[in-house]
Amino acid sequence: MEMDWIWGLVGGLMIGSAAAVFLLVNGRIMGASGIVGGLVDRSGWGTWAERLAFVAGLVAIPALMRPLFTGDISTHITSNLWVVIAAGLLVGVGTRLANGCTSGHGVCGISRFSLRGMGATVFYLLAGGLAVVVFRHVLGVI
Amino acid sequence: MLRNVFAFLAGGLFGAGLLVSGMTNTEKVQGWLDIFGAWDPTLAFVLGGAILPMTVAWNIAARRARPALGGEMPGKPGAEIDRNLVIGSLMFGAGWGLAGLCPGPAVASISWGGLGGVVFLLAMIGGMVVAPAARRQLDSMATALGSQSSNSGA
Repeated sequence: MEMDWIWGLVGGLMIGSAAAVFLLVNGRIMGASGIVGGLVDRSGWGTWAERLAFVAGLVAIPALMRPLFTGDISTHITSNLWVVIAAGLLVGVGTRLANGCTSGHGVCGISRFSLRGMGATVFYLLAGGLAVVVFRHVLGVI
Repeated sequence: MLRNVFAFLAGGLFGAGLLVSGMTNTEKVQGWLDIFGAWDPTLAFVLGGAILPMTVAWNIAARRARPALGGEMPGKPGAEIDRNLVIGSLMFGAGWGLAGLCPGPAVASISWGGLGGVVFLLAMIGGMVVAPAARRQLDSMATALGSQSSNSGA
C-alpha cells in the first residue's frame, strides 16, 4: 500500500510515453475511447488497421505480463451486473459525446493545456466523485 | 505496416502502464474518487506521471512538421467547452465512479476481468453504438429549446 504511489508514478510515465510514441511516430492522439469508438460507429474505419493494432497491443501485452505479477491484480469489479451494465453504457455514450476519456482529454489534453481537455477532466472527476459518494455512502450499492 | 507495428507497441506500453499503475484495479480508482472514504491518492501520481512525457512530446511535436511515419500532426484542440463536452463528461464520470473502469483499463484487463469485465466492455460498446443517435437527439432538443426561448423572447 505504501509503495503504491511509486508504481502509480512508474505506470503513469509508461502511459505518457506510450502517448508520446503514438503522437510523434504515428501523429495520433492516444485516446482509448476515440480509438475504440471509431471502430464501433464506423467513423474511424479509414484507419481501422492502425486502431486494431493499438487495441491488439493493449489487450495482448498486459495479458502476457500478468503471470509476472505475484500480487493480487484482479479488477475487483462489482458482482452486481446491473451496476456494471449501467456504468458501461454511461462510459460508452459519455466518452463519445464528450469526444474523449481519461487518456484523450486527461493525459493528452491537459499536457497541451487544452481548455476542452481540462474542462472535461473537471466534469468527469466531479461526476465520478459524486457517483461514489451517492452509490457507496448514501445508497450502499457499490 | 510500420504504422501498425508502432500502434501495437504504443497500445502495449499503454496497457502495461495501466496494469503497473494499478488502474485496472477498480478499487484503486474508486478509492481515488472516494474523498469521504479511505482516500487513495495513487491516481494523481498516475495522471501526473503520464502528463510529464506528454508535455515534452507536445513541445517536440510543435517543432516538427510531420510525425516520424508521415501524415499530419493532430490539429489544434477546440477552445470551446460546449454542451456535449459537459453532458458527456458528466455521464462518463458517473459510469467511471460506478464501476471504477474507464475505456483504456476496460480493454486492457479483458483477458482476466471475468464476466464483469466482459459485460462492462459490451455495455460500453453498446453505449458507443447509440452515442451518435444520442448526440442527434441532444442537438434537436437544443434546437427546439432555442426556438422556443427565442419565440417567448419575441
